Amino acid sequence: MKDKMMNGAEALMCSLIEENVNTIFGYPGGQIIIVFDALYMYKDSFQYILTRHEQGATHAAEGYARVSGETGVVIVTSGPGATNIITGVADAMLDSTPLVVITGQVGSTQLGSDAFQETDVVGITQPITKWSYQVRKASEMPWAVARAFYIARQGRPGPVVLDITKDAQSEMMEFSYKKCHFIRSYQPYPTLQPESVASAAKLINNAERPFALIGQGVLLGHAEEELKAFLIKADIPAGSTLLGLSAMPSDFPLNKGLLGMHGNIGPNIKTAECDVLIAIGMRFDDRVTGDLNKYAKQAKVIHFDIDPSEIDKNVKTTIAVLADVKQSLPAVTALLELNIHTEWIRSFDECEKEELQRVILPEIKPEAGSITMGEVVHKVSEAIGHDAVLVTDVGQNQWMAARYFKFKHSRSVITSGGLGTMGFGLPASIGAALGAPERRICLFCGDGGIQMTIQELGTIMEYKIPVKIIVLNNNYLGMVRQWQELFFRERYSSTPMMNPDFSKIADAYGIASRKIVKREDLDQAIEEMLKNNDSYLLEVEVEENGMVYPMIPAGKSVEQIILGD
Amino acid sequence: MEKTLYTVTVFTENIVGLLNQITIIFTRRHINIESLTVSQSSLPGIHKFTITAETDEDMIRKVVRQIEKRIDVLKAYYLTDDEVIYQEVALYKIPSDSLLDNPEIENLVRKYNARILEVNRSYAVIELTGHTEDTQELFNELSKFRVLQFVRSGRIAITKSTVERLSDFLAEMETRNIPSPCKK
Repeated sequence: MKDKMMNGAEALMCSLIEENVNTIFGYPGGQIIIVFDALYMYKDSFQYILTRHEQGATHAAEGYARVSGETGVVIVTSGPGATNIITGVADAMLDSTPLVVITGQVGSTQLGSDAFQETDVVGITQPITKWSYQVRKASEMPWAVARAFYIARQGRPGPVVLDITKDAQSEMMEFSYKKCHFIRSYQPYPTLQPESVASAAKLINNAERPFALIGQGVLLGHAEEELKAFLIKADIPAGSTLLGLSAMPSDFPLNKGLLGMHGNIGPNIKTAECDVLIAIGMRFDDRVTGDLNKYAKQAKVIHFDIDPSEIDKNVKTTIAVLADVKQSLPAVTALLELNIHTEWIRSFDECEKEELQRVILPEIKPEAGSITMGEVVHKVSEAIGHDAVLVTDVGQNQWMAARYFKFKHSRSVITSGGLGTMGFGLPASIGAALGAPERRICLFCGDGGIQMTIQELGTIMEYKIPVKIIVLNNNYLGMVRQWQELFFRERYSSTPMMNPDFSKIADAYGIASRKIVKREDLDQAIEEMLKNNDSYLLEVEVEENGMVYPMIPAGKSVEQIILGD
Repeated sequence: MEKTLYTVTVFTENIVGLLNQITIIFTRRHINIESLTVSQSSLPGIHKFTITAETDEDMIRKVVRQIEKRIDVLKAYYLTDDEVIYQEVALYKIPSDSLLDNPEIENLVRKYNARILEVNRSYAVIELTGHTEDTQELFNELSKFRVLQFVRSGRIAITKSTVERLSDFLAEMETRNIPSPCKK
């Protein structure tokens, strides 16, 4: 497509085609109507998904991006359309998810006049985006779009917002497109320093009790195989952050489980016992570290990351290896000596045994009483052969799913980690289904979270999105209830919740559903859900006072771990 | 940790909205910007911010890294007073009467190496360049007679090292301007 006259809106469509975009999530409105008119013209070029709320569009785009590794694209209008994307954009920023979000804006002559549906979108989004830019001239469109995609995807990914004035959409221009490969002020991939590679390798070679922390950086860098080779060569046990889950298969022998507040006992305790702590593409979130003054004080810390601002941000490092892990891990692996840490690795067994007896078995195989959340997750994961993409909402459902769902393949977990956005799950599962049509999508959510974006059942209905929605209903905002029980003298302020009949709602949207109250019906209901090739909502009434254990209370250290038995 | 006054210099592309992007990084961490000056740098098309703020080294390092993380920021540095040569400008407006009636004022102008920029029937404007302490001292002296208006600029600073570190950075970046191995 070269030197063809067109308006800015059509130039936007042509630019998106140049960037190989094939799926767009969005919602129309007054100040973006010209772009939607162009979209009508190019409807055969894109799969366009009309969500029921702009927030849903952003979470769907996040789900799409996370499962596929592509950049999620959203188009919404100005004013309320633009303010409704804020949660999704902030979520994508904290979880390093590549998004290009296009917002309409009033005409450039009206800017600053408090015109109808005008908001300062660039001003609002600057702190929560990698880049936010207002396009005021059609001629800028190809440049801005090319730059947006380059920035969103390269280096540490993140969201970009392009705010396009109405006149920039209507103005005529001569279209020609040049992809962006370079921005002189932006270095997405730091140059790997041989000295840091050598010192990291030396430290690991001399370690007696090395322990690795695996973050989403491994998935973002497509470095799953490089990670395996690294861990195997030096025989290093590893724990995973919430977003790093599925970078290693669940049954990989060196995978010692989940880190952090509700993680497994082993990886948390061993963080406080290792002599060399190797953080790979993770950012030492407080939900992973707890009290920083007591965190891994005995260990030398090696930090592999692509983002220089993460180094020493929360935990002081001994050696920083700055680069894409796809490049840095093999470089260090090449200098590693074959090593064996049998005794150290075996020391995890005791923790695993203790956790199995005291926490896991009572949760996933309770003998009496109400159905538990972990039990449902465990059964679904088993029934699906541990082979689905797990999408979660936020809260107890999220941690139960993270703890008891198992994975065979990479990019199998889509959850809101950094921002902890309730309402993320349902729309994210739509995006996941569209981004990985060949895979099965299992969403776990609570009765609270699903109601925050429940209108997206309409999107599921309209586009026949085959997601399995499992509502773990305890008639409480469970995670807050858990904190109130443990730390606020059981004063359940604003956490009990009166819920609608979810089956009736599903029914109204033409989505098959079933509600399970008794344990003996659970297996059969899961089987029925999985046999169904369309979307399905399975509501399970779970115990009201279910708790996610283990728990390291916020701001505390691993010594204060609560097992709840 | 001990608080120190740091001079942060930031080189950026000339793009609308960068000031906001940079200042919110300070605001979010509750760091007060003491002074801020923006101007063209010696390199065409590149702007230079000079910001002073009082905080500890750990924090200023994090702040500078966050500033550098902004896409249109080329490079940011933090420096202590002994690493830079810096200057500020102050203007003082005093009533003409007090200038005429008090010969001490002329002595002060001479003593501080200040300049009289303008004198008219109603007021005189004095200018002094120097460090904050100098301009403050003159203000205190002049206040004994009456100061109608007083204003002080933000700090401008240049490093004591002989190389312009940004030039090296730019040269290095330009060598990278070859199609990168885009993953997708």
